[in-house]
Amino acid sequence: MSIDERSVESTVESTVESTVDFGRRHWRIDTARVSTLIPVRSVLVCAALVVVIIVAGLASMTIGAYDVNFAAVLGAVFDPSSDPDVRQVVLEWRLPRVLFAVLCGAALALAGGIFQSLTRNPLGSPDIIGFGVGAQFGVTLMMIVFELNTYMFKAIGALVGGLFTALLVYALANSKTMSSFRLIIVGIGVSAGLGSLTSWILISVSLEKAMMAATWGAGSIASLGFDQLLPAAIVFAVVLVGSLPLNRTLPVLEMGDDAATALGISPGRTRLAAMVFGVALVALVTAAAGPISFIALAAPQISQRLTRSNTPMGTAPVMLTGAALVVVSDAVAQLVGVPVGVVTVSVGGLYLAWLLAAQYARRA
Amino acid sequence: MTTEVSVDTSQMDAGRHADGDAPRRIRMRVAGLVIAAVLLVLAAIASLAIGNRAIDPVTVLTALAAYDDSNPLHLMVQQLRLPRTLLGIVVGAALAVCGALIQAFTRNPLADPGILGVNAGASFTVTFAVAVLGLNTPGAYVPFALLGAFVLTLLVYALGSLGTSGATPMKLTLAGVALGAAFTGFTTAIVLQNRSTFDVMRFWGVGSIGGRSLDQLTWAAPLIVVGLLIGLLCARSLNALALGDDLAHSLGVRVGVVRILVIVSVTLLAGTSVAAAGPIAFVGIMIPHVVRWFTGPDQRWVLAYSILVGPTFLLLADVLGRIALPNGELRVGIITGLLGAPVLVALVRRKKVSGL
Repeated sequence: MSIDERSVESTVESTVESTVDFGRRHWRIDTARVSTLIPVRSVLVCAALVVVIIVAGLASMTIGAYDVNFAAVLGAVFDPSSDPDVRQVVLEWRLPRVLFAVLCGAALALAGGIFQSLTRNPLGSPDIIGFGVGAQFGVTLMMIVFELNTYMFKAIGALVGGLFTALLVYALANSKTMSSFRLIIVGIGVSAGLGSLTSWILISVSLEKAMMAATWGAGSIASLGFDQLLPAAIVFAVVLVGSLPLNRTLPVLEMGDDAATALGISPGRTRLAAMVFGVALVALVTAAAGPISFIALAAPQISQRLTRSNTPMGTAPVMLTGAALVVVSDAVAQLVGVPVGVVTVSVGGLYLAWLLAAQYARRA
Repeated sequence: MTTEVSVDTSQMDAGRHADGDAPRRIRMRVAGLVIAAVLLVLAAIASLAIGNRAIDPVTVLTALAAYDDSNPLHLMVQQLRLPRTLLGIVVGAALAVCGALIQAFTRNPLADPGILGVNAGASFTVTFAVAVLGLNTPGAYVPFALLGAFVLTLLVYALGSLGTSGATPMKLTLAGVALGAAFTGFTTAIVLQNRSTFDVMRFWGVGSIGGRSLDQLTWAAPLIVVGLLIGLLCARSLNALALGDDLAHSLGVRVGVVRILVIVSVTLLAGTSVAAAGPIAFVGIMIPHVVRWFTGPDQRWVLAYSILVGPTFLLLADVLGRIALPNGELRVGIITGLLGAPVLVALVRRKKVSGL
């Protein structure tokens, strides 16, 4: 169960037997071994998001060359005695794609939440620091220059390219103090340089190869099946379990190192764990699907607003928000006929613009 | 010249130099301008002479002065390299001045049509024209590129100016990044729909001044010249605007009019250069910075130098692209992207960027 960031207050509450709810209604779980507060709003938001994911997922399974209507999809999923052809199309071809969308969205959103909480900066996300462009460059290099076209090499290319670029940007922007303005500008610079190299490669080869690399490099889950889903899901589950304690420790760390230490949290160890798990989550998605941009940036912020929480961290709502975003984006991507990464970058860019507008207007 | 001195000393440079050496400073700057012009001429000659096949400068000059169409070298200079060089000069000046104007206008030393998303807007409308309307001549791209550049300039500026603190560099940059990303996404969505569009746009999207004809100059040059003139007209007002809107107003500057003129000029310069050469990164940010090391913050000098230094840089980058590979050539957009990235990183890492 998610332990809410108000756990500090909850101990205070229980000792003084206060009934003040700080404007948030909670459900109190108080058994012999487990005692926690669950904010009612989070639960409602999560329930609504699950409904959105299921409906959008089912709807997205109706899209495709083979015509299947909504009722037939429902039948194929829930009724084993329905038309076997439809069942094959829906369950074997289209279901993995939806499940991958859920997995990618959840993983990216959690990674974004971790990074944003860690950097105490809504822009602290892999997208801003050139991860996507680096991954794209890595894929292009692998597919075209080294002509290694198998899934594994593409995944390695995306992974190494993305991680290396993110590290480079981080290192270049980091001189004594970390200003987010410098981080963004260095990100732009390195991205533009790598983008030039990618375009250079793309214009010096045949149209087919260039288009293949461009599609994969934009982040697509279209070609994925159950073969890739199972290992990805296992890795995801392991990382998820490992990162669960961060749900409690990171929001405390947001209050500052001194306060966190006083509350019994080791800042160094927490930060290291957060970095490792955050990078692992992004790496997992990039290896599976290429760079799906802006989910890590947008999902934690959206979820924070939906749950009216005071931290971008919070495992369940953040992951569900990310999953809902990617499932819906993928349905749109299928309708338009583009890789899902293209949809997320467009929507994410607009979302970021809106986020800024709202923030600036409030300060006025 | 006398007014120049008074404005200079009364504004930003006050106290930096003793009053007595102001005329000497102006002589130095004029001399620098002459040197920049000479360098531009040399770069233009290099651009005419160097390439897949080297042509000696004497032949280049005779090809220009006494054109003989039976001589294949003369033909090469006149038909291939002259349009390329002239386009490089026009586009280089447009990019550099556009960058200088945006930097002065937003009081953001790290602004550039690429960073602020203006190029992304122009690219999107051009891609739309190619994919949906089926246009394929660069001349037809112009209205679309202008429209895209104009709309994005307005959007970014509007979004970045929300709130009481006005348009701070951070806000404008974020607004540019956000909208630029969205429009790049739209562009990719269109491009990946259709193979022939993808093929056209992967080449156009890199930015090149090669393979153009003189026809292209006949529409690009006038638009860019108008943009440059409007920009130069605003130079003095931009000097005053650097002090803040209120002070500028009390110095007799009509702030609203200047804003509109600068946006028109930026639109013309960015839109036309994107239509003619594709999006070329970093020239707009690098050149004004380099120029300010020599001129200080006076916009009149910054703009005048930018007009000469921008084309010199673009032509040299283009020449470099022609000789960098043993066979074939690198497009100038790739060269500026690769050269510009380290420069931008170095600029932002310095404690104090050369201020405005």
